[in-house]
Formats: sequence, C-alpha cells, structure tokens
Amino acid sequence: MSRTQFSDASSDVRRFHWRLAIAGVAVFAAFSVLFGRFFYLQVVQHDYYQTKAEDNRITVVPVAPNRGIISDRNGVVLARNDAAYTLEISPGRVADLEGTIDGLAAVVDIQPKDRKRFKRLLDESKGADSLPIRTRLTDEEVARFAAQAFRFPGVEIRARLFRQYPQGKVASHALGYIGRINDKDLERLEAEGTLAQYKGSQHMGKVGIEQSYERELHGSPGFAQVEIDAGGRALRTLSSTPPVSGNNLVLTLDTKLQEVAERAFGDRRGALVAIEPATGGVLAFVSVPTFDPNLFVDGIDPTSWQALNEDPDRPLNNRALTGAYPPGSTFKPFMAMAGLELGKRSPDYTIQDPGSFGLPGVSHRWRDWKAGGHGAVNLHKSIVISCDTYYYGLGNDLGVDAIHSFVGQFGFGQRTGIDIEGEKPGLLPSQKWKWDRYKQKWYAGDTISISIGQGYNLATPLQLAFATAILANNGVVYKPHIVRYVEDSRTGERRAVEPQPVRTVKLTPKWVELVKNAMVDVTRPGGTAARAGAGAGYQFGGKTGTAQVVAMKQGEKYDEKRVAERHRDHALFIAYAPAENPKIAVGILVENGGHGGSAAAPIARQVFDYFLLGKLPDRPAATSADDDDD
Amino acid sequence: MQGAIDVFGALRAIGHRFVANIDGPLFSIALVILSIGLATLFSASSGFPGRVTGQVINIAVALTVMWLMAQIPPQTLMRFAVPVYLLGVILLVGVALFGEIVNGARRWLHIGVTRIQPSEIMKIAMPLMLAWFFQRREGFVSWREWIAAALILAVPVLLIAKQPDLGTAVLVAAAGFYVIFLAGLSWKIMIGLAILGGVSLPVLWSMLHDYQRRRVLTLLDPTTDPLGAGYHIIQSTIAVGSGGLTGKGWLEGTQTHLEFIPERTTDFIFAVYSEEFGLLGNATLLVLYLLLIWRGMVIAANAPTLFSRLLAGAIVMTFFTYAFVNMGMVSGILPVVGVPLPLISYGGTALVTLFTGIGILMSIHQHRKLVPT
Repeated sequence: MSRTQFSDASSDVRRFHWRLAIAGVAVFAAFSVLFGRFFYLQVVQHDYYQTKAEDNRITVVPVAPNRGIISDRNGVVLARNDAAYTLEISPGRVADLEGTIDGLAAVVDIQPKDRKRFKRLLDESKGADSLPIRTRLTDEEVARFAAQAFRFPGVEIRARLFRQYPQGKVASHALGYIGRINDKDLERLEAEGTLAQYKGSQHMGKVGIEQSYERELHGSPGFAQVEIDAGGRALRTLSSTPPVSGNNLVLTLDTKLQEVAERAFGDRRGALVAIEPATGGVLAFVSVPTFDPNLFVDGIDPTSWQALNEDPDRPLNNRALTGAYPPGSTFKPFMAMAGLELGKRSPDYTIQDPGSFGLPGVSHRWRDWKAGGHGAVNLHKSIVISCDTYYYGLGNDLGVDAIHSFVGQFGFGQRTGIDIEGEKPGLLPSQKWKWDRYKQKWYAGDTISISIGQGYNLATPLQLAFATAILANNGVVYKPHIVRYVEDSRTGERRAVEPQPVRTVKLTPKWVELVKNAMVDVTRPGGTAARAGAGAGYQFGGKTGTAQVVAMKQGEKYDEKRVAERHRDHALFIAYAPAENPKIAVGILVENGGHGGSAAAPIARQVFDYFLLGKLPDRPAATSADDDDD
Repeated sequence: MQGAIDVFGALRAIGHRFVANIDGPLFSIALVILSIGLATLFSASSGFPGRVTGQVINIAVALTVMWLMAQIPPQTLMRFAVPVYLLGVILLVGVALFGEIVNGARRWLHIGVTRIQPSEIMKIAMPLMLAWFFQRREGFVSWREWIAAALILAVPVLLIAKQPDLGTAVLVAAAGFYVIFLAGLSWKIMIGLAILGGVSLPVLWSMLHDYQRRRVLTLLDPTTDPLGAGYHIIQSTIAVGSGGLTGKGWLEGTQTHLEFIPERTTDFIFAVYSEEFGLLGNATLLVLYLLLIWRGMVIAANAPTLFSRLLAGAIVMTFFTYAFVNMGMVSGILPVVGVPLPLISYGGTALVTLFTGIGILMSIHQHRKLVPT
C-alpha cells in the first residue's frame, strides 16, 4: 500500500470520527427532545391526563329501583318482579346490527319474532343505550354467550328484574301493565320534570293501576361508580348509592271474587264492577274478554299484538272503565227517587198502563216493552215489573233539567274519579248540553226516552256500580278506589287511600226504603230477576235493564231469535246485597246478552253467592232465556 | 483429579470459544432492555396469553442469529453485500408484482411453505451494500459516486414506500442515509437536498396515500377524529401523561388493562411502559438506549476498515431511529408509522433484524485487530 493511500485512509478515519460525533450529538439532542416531551406530558400536564384516564375508566351508572309489588286485599300477589337474564345490544356501539344478530343467533336461540320486536323497539326508542334482543335466557344460553362474548362488542348479558303478573289474565284490565319507555314517554317525563327518576329504568306503567300509581310504584334510582374497559364493559363497582324501591300497593280487589266474576261471563263479552258501598273500595273490576299483561312487559311481539288488536271481541278494550252504554231500565230506580224527592210522585200514585204513551200534538207513541201494558201500576210495581209507561209520564212531569240535576248526584254523566286513568264520563243530557253539542233545542220527546235510560243516556259499568253503591249506602258517597293503601317500601308505613265519604246525596229515608224494597222484590217471584234471586238464602236488591243496540222502527216487534248476535240488545243489571246491610254493589253489562234478567242477573247471583256465602259456582251463569223482563 | 481438571479446562476452553465473539457491554445492555421488554409485555398481554412465551422463543431465535453473525468476519460479510442487496431488490420487485395484500398493503411474498417480508431484509442489506460501495471506492468519491449511492438507496426505498409501508421505508432510507452521511457527503449537498426536500413537500404530500395523510393530519390535531385515526394517539398520550413521575406501577396501568391502548403489545407498548413506570422509567429507558448507542459508536469508531466503520455506524444509528420514531409517535410528536420499539415490542422479525445488527457489531469489534487496513 502506498503512503498516500494510508494518509488518505487516516483522513477518512478523522472525517468518520467527526461525522460520528455529529451523529452522537444529534442522538443526544433527539433524546433530549423526547425527555422534554415526557416531562411535559408526565409532570406539567399530568393532572390533565390523570383526569382523562379516570374519565376513560370510570362511568356513573344509574341503578334502576325495584318496582313496588301489587297485591289484593287478601295478600294475593298480582304483580311482582322476577330476576332474569336478557341479551342486550347497544345499537350505538354496533356497526352492523343485522350481522351481529345473525352471529348471536348461532349462539342463543333468536326467533323471527325476537328480531321483529327488536326492530320495533329500535324504531320506538332511537336514543336508547341498550335494547333486548332476547329476554329470559336460560342458564345454558348465558354460559354459551359468555364464552363467545368477546366476538360481540356492544352486546351484553344483563340481569334484569322483570314485571310478572302471576295471575295471568285475571284482573288485567284493572292492573294494566308496564311496557318499555318509548320516545313519547320520555317527552312526557321531561315535561313533568320527573325524567331524572327514570335514569336506568327501562319500563314504566302504561295502562291501569300500573299507570295511575306510577309515581308510587316506580321508586328512585341509585347510582354506582363503575370501572369500565375500552369496550364499555363494566368490570367492577367502585362505590354505589342504592336505589329506593317503589312503594307496594294493596288493593281493595278480591282476586277470588274477581275470578268468579270473570268466569261467570262464560264466553260472553261484558263488564262488571263490584264496589263495597261503605268504603267505595272496588271488590271486582271485570272487563271480558281479558288479555295476558305479561305479553307487554318486554315489548309485545307484533304477532301477538296484531292478534289482540284485531280480535273482534276487542280484548284490549276496558269496557268497565271506557265502555259507555245506555243504562236502560237500570236507570229507573234513580228516576223513581227523583219523582219521590222532587214531589212529582207519591207511593200511592197509580197509572193505568195502556201499553204506550203519547204526548199532546205528537203523533209518535212510546211503547212499553209489554204489548197491552201492565194494568194498574204504582211506583213499587213500576220497578218490580219495570213498567216503561210509568216513567214516560214521570219523565215528562220532571223535565230533563230536573232529571239531570237530581240523577246527576248519583254520578251519572261525570267521571267517578276512580284511581285508574282513562275513565269515560258517560252522558246525562240536559237542555244546555243539547244546545252546546248540536245547537238544537230540547224536545219534550227527548225526555221520554231519557226516562227509561235510553236516548242520549250513556253510562259506564263503573258508573252503574257507583250509582248503585250510593243508593245502597242511603246517599253517602264514597269515591270508588281500587287501591286500599300504599305501603312505604322503606318504613312499611301504610297510607290509606280515600277513607272518608266525599259527599252525601240528600235523600229521605222513607223514599229510599220504598225504592229499595221494590228493588228487593225485583229478585223475588213476580220480579224481572226472580229466577236469578230464587233460593239465594239472603235478600238482595236489583234492577234489570236492556239497552237497544239497533233502533227499532215504529210498529216493529223485537224478535231476539231473528236478530244477529252482534245486534242483540245489551243486558244490564245493577244490584246490591245483602238487602238489609249492603256489603257489595254491582253494575253488570253483558254485550248483546239480550235480557238483563236472564243474561246479567245470574252473574250478580254468582258473585253474591261467592262473596256472601263463599259458594263457588260449578258453571258460568245461566244465559238461557227464562224470566220475563222489561 | 487430573482428568477432572482437564475436563473443566476443556469445558472452560469450549465456553471461552463460545463466548469469545460476544461483546460483554453490548450484550448486557441488550439483555437489560429485553428484560424490561418482557416485564412490560407481561403486563400488556393480560388479554393475550402466550405472548410472553412467544416472545421468549423469539428472543432465543434472535440470540442464536446474533451469535452466528458474531462469528462471521466482516470480510466475509462484505462478500455477501452485493448478492444480499440484489436478492432483496429482486424480492421487492416480486412483492410489487405477486405480493400478498394484508391490511391494504402489499408486503408479503409467498415462497414455498412460508411467506417473507423482503423489506425487512433491506434494513440490513442497505447499509451493507452502501458500506461495500464506499469501501470499493475508498478515497475517491466524486459526484458520480454520490449519485450511484443515491440510486442504490432510492430504488429499494421507493419500492417499499410503494407497498405502502412508510415505517419500513423511513427506516431503510435512514439506514442508507447514515452510511452516506458517515462516508462524508458534503454539507453543501445535504443543505441543498434539505432545501429541495422542503420545496418538494407539497409534491410528496400529493403522492401520499389517504391513510398516510390522515395520519399526518391527526398528528397535527388528534382531536379531530377521536374515535378514528386520532384514537391511537389520544389514548397513548393519555397513558403516557397519566403515568406521571413514578408511574402507576407494574400491572396497574388502567389505560393498559382496560384495553384503551390499541396495539399495546407491539407498536404502542411504550405507552404501557410509560403509564406503569412514569417519567423515571422513561428516563431509565432513554439512558439504556443511549448506552447501547454509545457502545455501538465506540465499536464503529474503532473499526479497522471503512466498510466496517460505515456498517457499524449505520447499524447504531438505525437503532436510534427505531427508538426515537417509536417513542416520538407514542408520545404524539411524530406521525404514527409502523415502527416497533427496539428490543421491547412483541414480534420475531424485528428482533431477528435487531440482533443481526448487534451480531454484526460484535463481529466488527472482535475482528478489529485481526485485519489490517
């Protein structure tokens, strides 16, 4: 090797060392920058990032309270909570919902109806954080999913309390049901300012007692600080404030009596309300056909919903509360009271019934239900045999406004104020009402139809029972209520509902006595409900009624056999028992039942037999036509 | 007695032969960093059982490779420089033509039963080739040589960038650049190139892939896409920042164990380390890397030939680049490019590459006196 090359090489080495030193300085400088960055993040900004990390890690989760339990007067549980596992999807955290559900279907059983219900829930509540795709998973399904859970981010198993109605269809129209909170409910809660109470809750009362006592039943949510991972899964609870359970309800309802009453209707449609006259407590609240409220709890599937909704018997219709029917002849005892109290009739006043009634200058004649009439009829007999002609004359003498104001005291034409929402007020007409409603003046002929509970008259089965209870109670009015007391979930303290009489209808005892005696004779031989009253072993008062569904033309004869079932008259019956010291008053309606005496009165008899004697009927109340009635 | 002593002596001699080429300081520092890496991996992999044992196997393989490389004298290596480089370029062309697409990038090439990532070969082949190139032209480096060197550098880098694999392209380009820099590229040219680069930035920008642009943009402001592209940076920055001065403690990192840190066993493992060991831990790791680099630079400075000097210097600087880019990206001052944290991130390929480099350094150091210039 030459010398030049060597010196070149040595200058190469020097240059290399120089360059390497520069690289070393660059390395040191770069690491210093990194250290500066670490210092900035970990010391200067540490608090900020510490908070960020905590925010990441900890979330406050509301804990839904347990809903109050509902039981009847004898402690029979009507609504309770059952723990069950649900499989829930958080729509916001799942990109491909369909794909996820398909994947889940391979792990747990998911039926088409589950998918449909999920879709419906999704539509109803866009903002919901988590919606169930399957409810009430079996233990095996829970285990199967748990093993596969990592494949399904945004899907979780949750232990939820489910509302359960152990009595199934019994008393469902009184109880109502709870359902999932939808967007409309949220808006309403927001407007009420109670939305905060519903943090963590997914259900609320939708119908019936569940709805009207929502505030008592719901309770207040608790809160838990929960550590979550990046997938949003809760890992452990750091601290918690327990929720306050909703208050329990004890009803005035007697479940056994309710069952007897529901069964008494057989396959008929109708309603029955039984009230304890001395308190206003509702003993039975029947609207048949009924439905199973359990179907609604998790969000009803569209198939079941369609079946219920399109059933021609309208099982979702609460006939007792919202069905307004002409009271027919059950109106007569109250008309009789009006005649006596307002001095238009004395007990001895007697008419000769020719079988029809006319007004001067009016060609139309109002017929009695009995062709040829009942002969000599006084007030007592007019009730016992349900003479129409007697009341045509009485109504004409009283005038519509007197009827309106007097009979109105028995609750006709206004809401009773029962503690179930959605009550219909019925209709008790007056001159003013007709003018306001139709801009027409009142005709004397309008009053004639009103007198026998027809025409514009409309009453709910609840109103019939209420009016009967007032009469049975000699005019002392107790507001009907179905909740006996509210039991505080924490203290166990019981708050009674409506224990005091709200008002008194001023009635003269001897007139009450007179009308009541006549009503007792209705159920005895010669009365329109004689068959239903036969061999009772106790005395009870009642009044049959029939409400026309299809108006009859002048001169036409009503022939029950020729009329299609849906066009047959509604059968009505009001009654109270025992006659001397009434413990129960009922209003009964049997849709298209025909005659009150044959179709409705036997139901009252079965209800009384059970309530007073503990006697269980061996078959539904007889419906074969036997008695003569109005 | 005598026989036994002989046996021990023989064993000692064999042992001595076995470790003769292993550089003590370099190996010790690497082992310390590896241990820190395994501890961090254990914490980070709570959800991935088997990652730690997998990494132990990777380390075993990588140490074997290191030992083998340490036995190969630099002259022998030099003979392989051109073939390995050419093979690498051919494979990269093969990737461009027949490569398998994984995650939107064409990086893998199927060869018989296995598949390889030829860009990884280039991390060693590039400095090897350039060092060989300058050694061949020792003392006479004119502008023609610089252009030739630039071409040797540019062809594979562009092929890799095209895949696209920005992280590896940056590392390979850096490795090549370090050789050229250490070979004495004039400052004028470097400054000229820097100006040219600044001017051509907009052009480069237009050549970037959408996801690469997004990465750069979210680096500038990660909050614009907190659940998408910015998520990595935001969560790793939170992890680093919440670690504080002393860290949350081993196995106690909430960002780590609640799975807020993505890719926490591989590219983002530094976030785990940083969260659990804090600023003190970070400083320790920086010092360890500095020691490793220092030892490598000492070896480079004492290397007997231009080839071995350049090769050793470039390898050391590549280590630095790995560490700096990774830590810079996790702490949010560099864009997210797929660069692992040397000796700590999970993954066999990177470990083998790194220990190949360490093995070469050891070989260079061991053979420094045996070969006169």
